[in-house]
Amino acid sequence: MKAATAILTSALCLGFALPAAANRVFVSNEKGNDVTVLDSETLEVIGTYPVGARPRGITISPDGSELYVCASDDDLVRVFNPETMEEMHTLPSGPDPELFVLHPSGNPLYIANEDDNLVTVVDTQTHKVLAEIPVGVEPEGMGVSPDGKVVINTSETTNMAHFIDSESFEIFANVLVDSRPRFAQFNDAGTKLYVSSEIGGTVSVIDPATQQITKKIGFEIPGVLPEAIQPVGVRVTSDGTKVFVALGPANRVAVIDGETDEVQDYLLVGQRVWQMAFTPDEKYLFTTNGNSNDVSVIDVAALKVVKSVPVGQQPWGVVVAPN
Amino acid sequence: MKGRIIILLAGLSMASPAVGQDSAQPQTVRAAVLRVDVPRLPPISRLDAPPEDLGFAGARLAIEDNDTTGRFMNQDFEALEVKATPETAAAEMDKLLAEGIPFIVTLADDAETLALADQAGDRALVLNARARGDNLRGKDCRFNVIHAAPSHAMLADALAQFLMWKQWPNWFLIAGSHPEDVALADAYRRAATKFGARIVEARTYEDTGGSRRSDSGHVQVQQQMPVFTQRAPAHDVVIAADENGVFADWLPYATWDARPVAGSAGLVPRSWAPSLEAWGATQFQNRFEKLAGRPIREEDYQTWIALRMIGEAATRTQSTDPATLKEFMLSENFEVAGFKGQKLTLRDWDHQLRQPILLATGSVTASVSPQDQYLHQTSALDTLGFDRPETECKF
Repeated sequence: MKAATAILTSALCLGFALPAAANRVFVSNEKGNDVTVLDSETLEVIGTYPVGARPRGITISPDGSELYVCASDDDLVRVFNPETMEEMHTLPSGPDPELFVLHPSGNPLYIANEDDNLVTVVDTQTHKVLAEIPVGVEPEGMGVSPDGKVVINTSETTNMAHFIDSESFEIFANVLVDSRPRFAQFNDAGTKLYVSSEIGGTVSVIDPATQQITKKIGFEIPGVLPEAIQPVGVRVTSDGTKVFVALGPANRVAVIDGETDEVQDYLLVGQRVWQMAFTPDEKYLFTTNGNSNDVSVIDVAALKVVKSVPVGQQPWGVVVAPN
Repeated sequence: MKGRIIILLAGLSMASPAVGQDSAQPQTVRAAVLRVDVPRLPPISRLDAPPEDLGFAGARLAIEDNDTTGRFMNQDFEALEVKATPETAAAEMDKLLAEGIPFIVTLADDAETLALADQAGDRALVLNARARGDNLRGKDCRFNVIHAAPSHAMLADALAQFLMWKQWPNWFLIAGSHPEDVALADAYRRAATKFGARIVEARTYEDTGGSRRSDSGHVQVQQQMPVFTQRAPAHDVVIAADENGVFADWLPYATWDARPVAGSAGLVPRSWAPSLEAWGATQFQNRFEKLAGRPIREEDYQTWIALRMIGEAATRTQSTDPATLKEFMLSENFEVAGFKGQKLTLRDWDHQLRQPILLATGSVTASVSPQDQYLHQTSALDTLGFDRPETECKF
């Protein structure tokens, strides 16, 4: 504890030296039916707010004006004012929305309907469903290319990454990956697509241009059973040099070199780590730890875990306000 | 709703660079589920009455799952549902073999499963989705059988690990009088030896065909169970081995000594429980309940995973050729996801599906074995059941 506090203090001093703005960090608590809001600089809890039944996927509009929460058991997406945490309206999502991704422009929203083998496309302005796209069994991971032209859905039981044309809403390619693909993330240059496979224990690196797997990244941690290594959330720094992969019940976040696709380091975080989010300046990366009911804060430059913050019951997703 | 759904048939059949075939006609993988029902008395609890679609509902979900994936692979799956009695089972099997069905999931007892496997020979791969007998994975093993159902030894070991973690090493074993009960009791004896527990006494509960359920049943039972369990040596836990549901459900709260009950009642080792929520199981439960209109049973899960193994083999090999699928399923590259938090694979020495075992009470999944403390040089799952050096199976 002592050591961690010392590191934290120095990190905070650094924070004061640079004019870093505090951002709100939103954590969805799957079993708590609420969202915990943190301050990204003080790392203190600002408040906890009810958001509907079984909140999982969580994201925010590019201008920071609307917070979207998949209320899975309410079968809709609830939209909140991120400042007041008051519900503004809801969006039709199709049944059992789990994860979603916003088009880089902020509209539309692409939602994975886990129980119904569909991806639902919703206009965030008109609140209308634009399309329902049949995909594989248990759609979960959603990614969008930086240019907004390609939407990726991963289906957990079908074990594919489906490439969807964001104009025509048609699937134009399917890439078979290892078991239970959970998450899809492009790098900012759009040159690599990372797809994590929870049960397969790998991350597939896919060339979006050819839809071919160029590398499968495996993980080995001394003293951790191989079956406990279950990759879920993936985040890439904006320069593409570092890729962070949450390894579930291995209680580690892997750090991967974005150029060579080699694992560089493993960071010990809380229990059953699933999703992650950067602060806009990429100083911190927040991880949700579902079994220890907390959030770990990673100092991205130092590659150190600097703090654990208790949140609600079974934290699932996390997003940081852009402003 | 219909209007908004974009049917992407053109897009789907368009060859993607990664997967998919050009041929317009999907290739079909044929399978059958053969359930052999033995006439028996109703279970102690009306909540446990077997549903009409037992096992078949699991098959329907598996076929839906396989077909959804199959749309992207130009593959189609089917599973015939066949009900039989012990008298008609052989004839029904003959019909399936005559039709050339290459994969047959069986829901039958130990002896019937063995007979059906021998009848199938090299004409079909049998996927055992019910029989738990250790002999079927041991001296009576057959190369043409894959065991999707866990064995008695796996279930007993799973419970034993938990009881040892709980530091309850002194067991009072009560077994029924049917041959399956005796076999299950043997599995508990083996588990006790394996994990260092002690069976302080073993008692047999004779099935006298008495009133297991009547309006006044509980009145009698309230008297009988304490008397039956009295004068046992000091013990930590009562273990019931009751494969036919004759007495175990009456044991909790009725034992002479205030001790918990495990095994066939109380804390029960199972392949699946409708209470499981972890590892995406909630979605699986939701999909099953929507399809079947009832909570899932072990037989449904075991049938589902058996047919999913076939679907997974078809996806990975991008083939529908039965020989190719069989070869892949029995190869070391085969793995399948089953909502149990890790990949499930086949033991090459007896064709048993490695799988975590749930320890469930009526309303919750209390624990999942293998327990973390039990390590193994190749797979922690091999701490459950007969490991490679112990097997009596010779193919």
